[in-house]
Amino acid sequence: MLEKALRGSKKYWTWLLALAVLIAIGFFFYLRQLYTGLGITGMSRDVTWGFYIAQFTFLVGVAASAVMLVLPYYLHDYKTFGKITVIGEFLAVSSVLMCMLFIIVDLGQPMRLLNVIFYPTPNSMLFWDMIVLNGYLFLNIVIGWNVLDAERNGVAPEKWIKPLIYISIPWAVSIHTVTAFLYCGLPGRGFWLTAILAPRFLASAFAAGPAFLILLAFIIRKFTSFDAGTKAIQALAKIVTYAVIANLFFFLCEVFVAAYSQIPEHTAHLEYLFFGLHGHGALVPWMWTSIALVVAAIILLVIPQARQNETTLGFACVFVFVGIWIDKGLGMISGGFVPNPLHEITEYVPTVPEILITIGVYAVGFLVLTVLYKVVTGVKEELAG
Amino acid sequence: MENSRRRFLKNAGFSVLGVGAGSMLIGLSAHTAKAAGPDGGQRPQFSMGDKAMEAERWGMVVDTRKLNDSLCRKMQEACHSIHNVPEPVGESARRDQIIKWIWPTEFKHAFPGQEVEFLAEDVAHRPIVVLCNHCDNPPCVQACPTKATFKRERDGIVMMDFHRCIGCRFCMAACPFGSRSFNFRDPRPDIEDENPDFPTRMRGVVEKCNFCAERLAVGKKPACVEASDGALTFGDLNDPDSDVRKLLAEQYAIRRKPNLGTFPSVFYIV
Repeated sequence: MLEKALRGSKKYWTWLLALAVLIAIGFFFYLRQLYTGLGITGMSRDVTWGFYIAQFTFLVGVAASAVMLVLPYYLHDYKTFGKITVIGEFLAVSSVLMCMLFIIVDLGQPMRLLNVIFYPTPNSMLFWDMIVLNGYLFLNIVIGWNVLDAERNGVAPEKWIKPLIYISIPWAVSIHTVTAFLYCGLPGRGFWLTAILAPRFLASAFAAGPAFLILLAFIIRKFTSFDAGTKAIQALAKIVTYAVIANLFFFLCEVFVAAYSQIPEHTAHLEYLFFGLHGHGALVPWMWTSIALVVAAIILLVIPQARQNETTLGFACVFVFVGIWIDKGLGMISGGFVPNPLHEITEYVPTVPEILITIGVYAVGFLVLTVLYKVVTGVKEELAG
Repeated sequence: MENSRRRFLKNAGFSVLGVGAGSMLIGLSAHTAKAAGPDGGQRPQFSMGDKAMEAERWGMVVDTRKLNDSLCRKMQEACHSIHNVPEPVGESARRDQIIKWIWPTEFKHAFPGQEVEFLAEDVAHRPIVVLCNHCDNPPCVQACPTKATFKRERDGIVMMDFHRCIGCRFCMAACPFGSRSFNFRDPRPDIEDENPDFPTRMRGVVEKCNFCAERLAVGKKPACVEASDGALTFGDLNDPDSDVRKLLAEQYAIRRKPNLGTFPSVFYIV
């Protein structure tokens, strides 16, 4: 099937070339980082995880969201999602790939990566994260590819695929749960030390991921003859609506606990993010933008006419995606590190090389996604024709 | 004749090599046997000399009443110079990425959440040295995915294997005391006077205070304790007759963030 990715229009190749250029730029700066060390990033002794780990956290959510297509189709026999489950699975593949790359570019000694396997340490959450991420990547490649191949040949998927599909459903939940456990099990980091972190991560994932899927469906429809269908898109829109409201609700629960209990360790971080602390407030405008975007999206999504109109739905999806990206990809990680354990403030701003490396990793993900989707749409067009 | 002489030389050469390699092997195995403590021979550790100081759980009591700026500087210098901690200077140096094993701070930073209202001026502004607490229940060890940081069973010191660390910095997120530093760049050019008896680090690994495990192995107290003019007391917390236990029995001492359940082994008399 891969041959479908080798034949494409001029636009297709231009897009791939543009991504390749971004990858090359990112790789160049990564080599510099490898040579001089992580000192070229904005990270510091106090904010030891920055943009890379934040993108990883956000993308784990995008990856997990494939389950929002797989679960209704396979557990509830919701046939409308039948022809787009593979779109979700391949989005998961490219997202998990980006997650892994973000972890690798964040390591001080990436050539020692295999030490995690040579000295397996089950009490470290990073060990489990490695297992769930690799497992999820494997599951989605195998399932997506085989189901698509069977569809192309007009036969039912192989029998052994079914159990893998059922496993992939709780597995999707596990990847974001374990990712939340990286943070919420750490003593002395009041911002993350909350049992609702994993549920909140899942809610934001099931909002941002399906919102992105809707946007991808629009793009695919524009450039190919494959249409996910209004019914599927509207069903996804309802999922986004519920999830983004749940996400806001969980966040407000968080705010209540901190604000009402007034325990400084819990209020300090929220205060830093939304109002600034002792004159430091680099993220304040970002965080309020995030809130505004999420609230605007909720308003658009709960009004049936606005949700059913694809233009306003498109805007709502962009708002959800960007709003949650700011929350998780920007505020969530540095917010936990400021103030530091000694209640001192060191702010974090990513540097240019750091941003270019980040863009390079995203370009790798989009390249893989484009190639996989080219195969999917090629097969679908072949079947339709 | 020529041929046999050459053969002789060749054989002799190999023999010398063989003997050399053999004795090296013997030497190595003897060394491992000597170094292997209760936690087995796999751990990197300093072989214990005859004069080695041993304890079940090393601990420290800091008498903050005896601290002042110059004394703190002296202790930090003693520690950092012995352990090859880089001192980056110049304009390109990023102050937010420095490495520190022991450093002075104020009461409110050393003990956030334990603030005392209307604290006496002298206490509020007196320098208080902070360092790795060598927690009895260390969260950094729990977080490390490669066991590069570990608690030495023999005496409770929380140590680092610089050669195993992958630089993920999970331990730094886990430490509630900000005691760990990361080598954001190659530290070697910034070491003014290298101590050949202690390893230098490379970029991309985490490091922190090791309670001078390398000095304890040859019967010396930690460098900061030696330089402290009696402000720092070091000893076995599990031995009721030790200096630290006697001091703790006489004086009221506090620990940093006791509510987190990490059980720090560094105590502070305020």
